[in-house]
Amino acid sequence: MARDMSDKDILKMELEQLQKEVKTTREPVSKTAKEMCEWVETKSAEDPLIKGVPEDKNPFKEKGGCIIT
Amino acid sequence: MCDQTFLAATFGPCDNCSANRPLMNIYLKNEPINYCSLCVELMACQGLAPGETLASLKTESENLKVKLEEERAKLHDVELHQVAEKVEALGQFVMKTRRTLKGHGNKVLCTDWCRDKRRIVSSSQDGKVIVWDAYTTNKEHAVTMPCTWVMACAYAPSGCAIACGGLDNKCSVYPLSLDKNENLAAKKKSVAMHTNYLSACSFTNSDMQILTSSGDGTCALWDVESGQLLQSFHGHTADVLTLDLGPSETSNIFISGGCDKKANVWDMRSGQNIQSFETHDSDINAVKFYPSGDAFASGSDDATCRLFDLRADREVAIYSKESIIFGASSVDFSLSGRLLFAGYNDYTINVWDVLKGTRVAILFGHENRVSTVRVSPDGTAFCSGSWDNTLRIWA
Repeated sequence: MARDMSDKDILKMELEQLQKEVKTTREPVSKTAKEMCEWVETKSAEDPLIKGVPEDKNPFKEKGGCIIT
Repeated sequence: MCDQTFLAATFGPCDNCSANRPLMNIYLKNEPINYCSLCVELMACQGLAPGETLASLKTESENLKVKLEEERAKLHDVELHQVAEKVEALGQFVMKTRRTLKGHGNKVLCTDWCRDKRRIVSSSQDGKVIVWDAYTTNKEHAVTMPCTWVMACAYAPSGCAIACGGLDNKCSVYPLSLDKNENLAAKKKSVAMHTNYLSACSFTNSDMQILTSSGDGTCALWDVESGQLLQSFHGHTADVLTLDLGPSETSNIFISGGCDKKANVWDMRSGQNIQSFETHDSDINAVKFYPSGDAFASGSDDATCRLFDLRADREVAIYSKESIIFGASSVDFSLSGRLLFAGYNDYTINVWDVLKGTRVAILFGHENRVSTVRVSPDGTAFCSGSWDNTLRIWA
């Protein structure tokens, strides 16, 4: 659809979009970054790729293999 | 509008001004008309308000962009990795290939996990879509699409259907049956119709709606049962390559990224573009929501991955290294959002610490570009698909 639009139409679309965006409400990075870190820390305890999964519970562990005695 | 380098093939009275001049044969609303070049120029200017020219629109656009950057910069009081200094560092990372799924005859282009955490659907350049059991590496179903380059595939939330599409410009839904002998292709339902290739598709929270993105520059929301277009999303000025839905069941937003270097945030109900981020230097190949839903990551041909915070409305981290010069084709987060897995065109997968911005590990194994990376729904493993025709499960 964008391919069929003339340059003028594309610019008009971008202009309207920018006018809307300048008005959006924003929060400071210090606040959002802190919240993100806190969120990650609470969830990290449950993240199998971070804390690791014991081999016997890991559904993807390698099966089989020979034991030579 | 077409340029003036045009060989006039006919000479005669113009349809508009009736003067005898060399005529340009053009089509207006599919009707062939003959206007002289002067009338064509006049017509091109009619859409503009008095005083508006392409140049003035462009300068106004540039001014607004500068103003937007200023507004965003005001709230940029600290960097993410500075806030993350207090966070504990990650331990030594050990991940290896646990399963290799072989069976595709050509490049693997897209994969998706089923919510049961063990099935995977993958699609390939050879036109085949295969459903695998990741625990046993068995192939459970295989569908042959009528086109090659099946660039998008998705598993339905119920696990009872898959959607796929690519160069056929459509997204088709195949209900999966337990009967192994049943011909899946017979039950195929064409849901989405675009005017260019399908680059990505995803079911929304139910099996009933599908969101698609296409090379025609638009995204669209479709009703699966009737095939009706529910909402279309216009705003990208080039091919849209990727999309991702908000992680929570109540969020009504999704993100898309494309060849116009922009990542857009959309409201699914109104079709409005809420926010737009244009900091990448090249095509955005992948976008993925952060598990909390307040941020998203993108991977691009400019060899970087970036993290964008939706509430602060700006880019807050760049994941790059001078030694990485190949584009990132696909990104995904681990369950907690602490790790970012990114597949690159240099055959490797890099694992980044999202908060600190450092690389935690490089995973080698694929023998060609990594085209897709997806973490399993319970976070115990992730699957990578590559142009070397295989999929690998890492844990």
